[in-house]
Amino acid sequence: MNRLPLAAAAALALTAPLTMAQDAHLARNLAATCANCHGTNGAARGDMKVLAGVKAETLIALMNDFRSGNQPATIMHQISKGYTDEQIKLIAGFFAAQQPRK
Amino acid sequence: MNFDFRSELSRRRLLGAGVALSGLALVGCASTSSGPSIGRVVIVGGGFGGATTARYLKLWGGNVDVTLVDRNPEFISCPISNLVLGGHKQMADITRGYGGLKALGVRVVQGEVTAIDAAGRKVRLANGTELPFDRLVLSPGIDFMMDGIGGLAAGIDSGRITHAWKAGPQTVALRRQLEAMPDGGVFALSIPKVPYRCPPGPYERACMVASYVKVAKPRAKVLVLDANPEITSKKGLFEKAFKDHYAGIIEYRANNELKSIDGTTAKLEFDDVKADVLNVIPPQRAGDIAAKAGLVNMNNRWVGVNWLTMESTAAPGVHVLGDATFPAPLMPKSGHMANQHAKVAAAAIIQLLKGEAVNPTPVVMNTCYSFVTARDVVHVASVHQFDATEKTFKTVPGSGGVSSAANQVEGRYALSWAENIWSDMLAL
Repeated sequence: MNRLPLAAAAALALTAPLTMAQDAHLARNLAATCANCHGTNGAARGDMKVLAGVKAETLIALMNDFRSGNQPATIMHQISKGYTDEQIKLIAGFFAAQQPRK
Repeated sequence: MNFDFRSELSRRRLLGAGVALSGLALVGCASTSSGPSIGRVVIVGGGFGGATTARYLKLWGGNVDVTLVDRNPEFISCPISNLVLGGHKQMADITRGYGGLKALGVRVVQGEVTAIDAAGRKVRLANGTELPFDRLVLSPGIDFMMDGIGGLAAGIDSGRITHAWKAGPQTVALRRQLEAMPDGGVFALSIPKVPYRCPPGPYERACMVASYVKVAKPRAKVLVLDANPEITSKKGLFEKAFKDHYAGIIEYRANNELKSIDGTTAKLEFDDVKADVLNVIPPQRAGDIAAKAGLVNMNNRWVGVNWLTMESTAAPGVHVLGDATFPAPLMPKSGHMANQHAKVAAAAIIQLLKGEAVNPTPVVMNTCYSFVTARDVVHVASVHQFDATEKTFKTVPGSGGVSSAANQVEGRYALSWAENIWSDMLAL
C-alpha cells in the first residue's frame, strides 16, 4: 500500500528543487518581518507608525526616501536597505490591503 | 474511522519527512479529509519563539490544533527587565498573560515537559500527561553551564548569587539585593564569553544598575567583569554611555573570565574581586529539553536547524527556534530573532501539514534597543536573507547598523517595540 506512493514521491522529490516558484504567501511572510515593531498585520501601537491601510505607492516612496537619506530616520535607513525593490513592493501591497486596528 | 485514517496519514507524512510524499498523501485523501484540523502541533516554550508560533499558526493556518506548554503561568519578558533592576519599571510592566492566545483557540498548558518521543510523536509532562503531535516545536531558550565555575551552582541555589538572565523571580531577587546594598558597596557583573543570549544585554544592565546607584547610592561602584576581550555589541555607544553618564561608577574590565566563586567574591585568573552583590551571567547552551530530546548537535551546546523550516537537523519534524539554535552568521540570540524564527516555522509547518512546498526565500531581521539611561536608548539592527547556495541566512551588505548616538526618540520607540512584539506574540 505504501510502496507506490513512496516511489512516486521519490521521483517527485527529485524534480522539486528545479521549480523555485515564488511562494504564494511571500508578501504576507515578508510583511510579518515588520510586525515586531509595527504590529501584527501593520496595526501598530504606541509611537510606531501604523502601516495597515497605507497606500502601496506611499510606503514604497517612503522606503526609497529612507534608503536615499531624503527621509531622516533613526533606524529605517538601515533596515530599508536590507530588502530588495521587489520585496518592498510585495510588503507595501500587503499592508495596503490591511485594516487599521480599531 | 475517519479520524484513524487521518492520523495514519499524519504518521506517514512524518515518516516520509518529504514535501512530495505529503503532497501525494493529501491528493489521495482529498475527498475524505473533512476533519476540522489539518494537524496537531505541540509547542514547548511560551516565550518569544513559542508564543509567536502559536499565534501565527492560528493567524495563518486557521484550523491547526495548537497546544502550547510552558512551566510558567504567565510570560515575563527578558527585554525591558533591566529597567526593573534600575527601578524604572515594575515586574507588572514586563508580565503578560496567555489569555489572547487562549481566545484564539490555543490550548495553553502549564507544565514541565520531561520527555520527548520524536518517533512516537508525543511529549510527556511531569504530571504524566501525554500530548500527541504531528509536528513539534521546541523553543526552550537557554540553560546554564554551571560546572566550569566552582561554587556557582551552590551560590545560585542558596540565593546568594543571582543570574537574572531569565526574567522572573531572579529579576526580583537581584533588585532586592541591589536595594539592600550599602552606599559605597560594589556591584560586580560577570559576563560570559560569546555566544550568549542577548549580546548587548549585560552592558545595558551595567547602565541600568549604575543609573540606580548614581541617585540612590552615589558612592557605590559597578564593576563589569567581561570574559570577552571587548564589549561585544554596540561597543562605541556603550563606552560613551559609561563615560558620559557613569564616570566614577562603572569600571569596565575586559578579559576577566570568572573561574570560581567564594561567597560573593569572584575569583578571576589573576585576582579576586570582593563584591557586595555578585551578579553572574553564566555560560549558556540550548535549553535542557533540547539535549534530552537528543537535538544538541552543534559544539555540544546548540541545535543545528534547516533554515527553510526551522526543523532540527537531528530530527526532521521537530522545529527548534530562538536562542537554542546554532545561529546563522551574525544572527543574534534575541527575543526579536526568536519571533522571526517563529514566523518562518509557522508558515512552513502549515505548508508541510498541507503537503505544500515551503517558502524558498525567507527573510528575517533583528532590532535590539538598549537603554543607557532611563530614557536614552541605542539600537542595533540587521536584515538576513536566505542564501540558497549556502543554505543559511546572510546579512545584506550595506544594511543594518547601530544608532548614531543615544537618544530619547529611540527611548520611546524601545518601549513601543516591547508593546508591539508582546502583542504580536501573545495576541494582546
